[in-house]
Amino acid sequence: MTVRSIAPKTIAIVGAAETTKLGVIPDMSQIQLHADAALNAMADAGLKPSDIDGIATAGETPVTLAHYLGITPNWVDGTSVGGCSFMVHVRHATAAIAAGLCKTVLITHGESGRSGIGRTRVVPPPSSLFGQFEVPFGPMGPPTLFTMPVLRYMKTYGVTEEQLAMVAVVQREWAAKNPRATFKDPITVDDVLNSRMIAYPFRLLMCCLVTDGGGALILTSADRAKDFPTKPVYILGTGESVETPMVSQMADFTSSRAFRVSGSNAFKSAGITHADVDHLMIYDAFAHLPVFGLEDLGFLPAGEAATFIAGRNTATGREAAAQHQWRRLELHAFRHVRHVCAPGERPARCAASPRPRCRGAKISVCHGAGGMFAASGTVIMSNEGQTLSHQAGEGLRYSPVKLGGRLPRKAPIASL
Amino acid sequence: MAEPRRGATGADAGNAALLGGHAPGRAAAAALRRLRQDLFPAAPVLPRMRLAACLDRQGERSKGRLFSYVIHHRPVPGFTPPYAIAVVELDEGPRLMTNITNCPQTPEALQLDMKLEVAFETLDDEITLPLFQPVKG
Repeated sequence: MTVRSIAPKTIAIVGAAETTKLGVIPDMSQIQLHADAALNAMADAGLKPSDIDGIATAGETPVTLAHYLGITPNWVDGTSVGGCSFMVHVRHATAAIAAGLCKTVLITHGESGRSGIGRTRVVPPPSSLFGQFEVPFGPMGPPTLFTMPVLRYMKTYGVTEEQLAMVAVVQREWAAKNPRATFKDPITVDDVLNSRMIAYPFRLLMCCLVTDGGGALILTSADRAKDFPTKPVYILGTGESVETPMVSQMADFTSSRAFRVSGSNAFKSAGITHADVDHLMIYDAFAHLPVFGLEDLGFLPAGEAATFIAGRNTATGREAAAQHQWRRLELHAFRHVRHVCAPGERPARCAASPRPRCRGAKISVCHGAGGMFAASGTVIMSNEGQTLSHQAGEGLRYSPVKLGGRLPRKAPIASL
Repeated sequence: MAEPRRGATGADAGNAALLGGHAPGRAAAAALRRLRQDLFPAAPVLPRMRLAACLDRQGERSKGRLFSYVIHHRPVPGFTPPYAIAVVELDEGPRLMTNITNCPQTPEALQLDMKLEVAFETLDDEITLPLFQPVKG
């Protein structure tokens, strides 16, 4: 099936920001976190609320957000499919702007995950499929559900607990490079394996942090983007999909269909191959997600990602194309809007990035998950405004990189 | 022992027969067939999920294999940690979330692909859950 897409680089991110504070914010409610991030993003773009004519958010309703900020939108998106909702919003906003439904879209995320101030957490009712067919067996949140496929994956591909622990070790190294990360101290495989057991095989340090914070993005058309004070980051391609509201009904416990569809469509619409990617961010809330992500996005063949990560191929100090995002494991609250606004957008923008590893990066892939493998969103960005000249690559599912060593150097792009 | 009840309270019209009744399995299957919804979960189109038919084995215990699980170490009302939350794949194909009973809740005892059979647990007049236990012998 062919999926039509918006032409690459016709829509741009012109504003991006996090909340003023991150981590533990006991004096701000959920809607205040949304608003704080939104106002910071507007300041970044030199806009005021009356300049925004499209809004998208999840967690909060777009109604509350619009009213709270004094925005009168011509376009509204409240798609709420879990943590990747905000990346799906980018895709929807791209289409809405391209279609002329609105001109300037604000996407916000805010989560009082640690302090629990003014939360609007949605709990599936007992009559939901989840309520009927999973709740009776005692799950309690993502540590018991998101993790459900992992033992099957480990047996299928011979993955060890040490390899799984290494994901957390490597991601902590990236967190250490982020001044705003909650935890920066290095950890070892033993530290991870000896941390408190939460839901075997997952120990505490393999699990997602819960914090307070948020982020916001502002998107507009590429022709208008030139007039903004920030250097635009162009949307190359996007993807989205969903699979199942119950992780027990995932078709394949070693691969996420939502990941595959979302990733594949993003690459196709961007017109790039894996070799073009300078910078990769995969939602790493739990230790297995980068493993699934690397394979389902087509960077590695099935079953090879755990070995790849355990071999430090995505670790700091590597000129790897597969540079995972830095702190997803460290700062839960920011969900995927942070994937896009920072660190994703900033390295792509390369505007005085504090992270030397990202200097020179042009194309960034950001991939998120929603729910318990329920949904996915993928956004591919570029800080270069020119149109790419080559066509989408074939065989995206298996575009392997060399194992046990450095990833291949990025192939030159003629038009850049 | 007055333990809190498991959180199984919300069977809807389409699925009530699957979780309910004193004679689970065959009765559930019969009820679901009357509803023309012998699917799990009850839905218009889910051809893989003919759970009700799988549970109706003419008095024979439905069998399957341990497909995946976690062992939860934190307290949940109605459960004593550590306890396994599992996904079982029935011989006929469907998978469902469940618990493993009559078996130590340890990685050593819970081997993937071990053979299991259904062990219904009646919670009350309304709810009966399909748990699974190791096949003996």
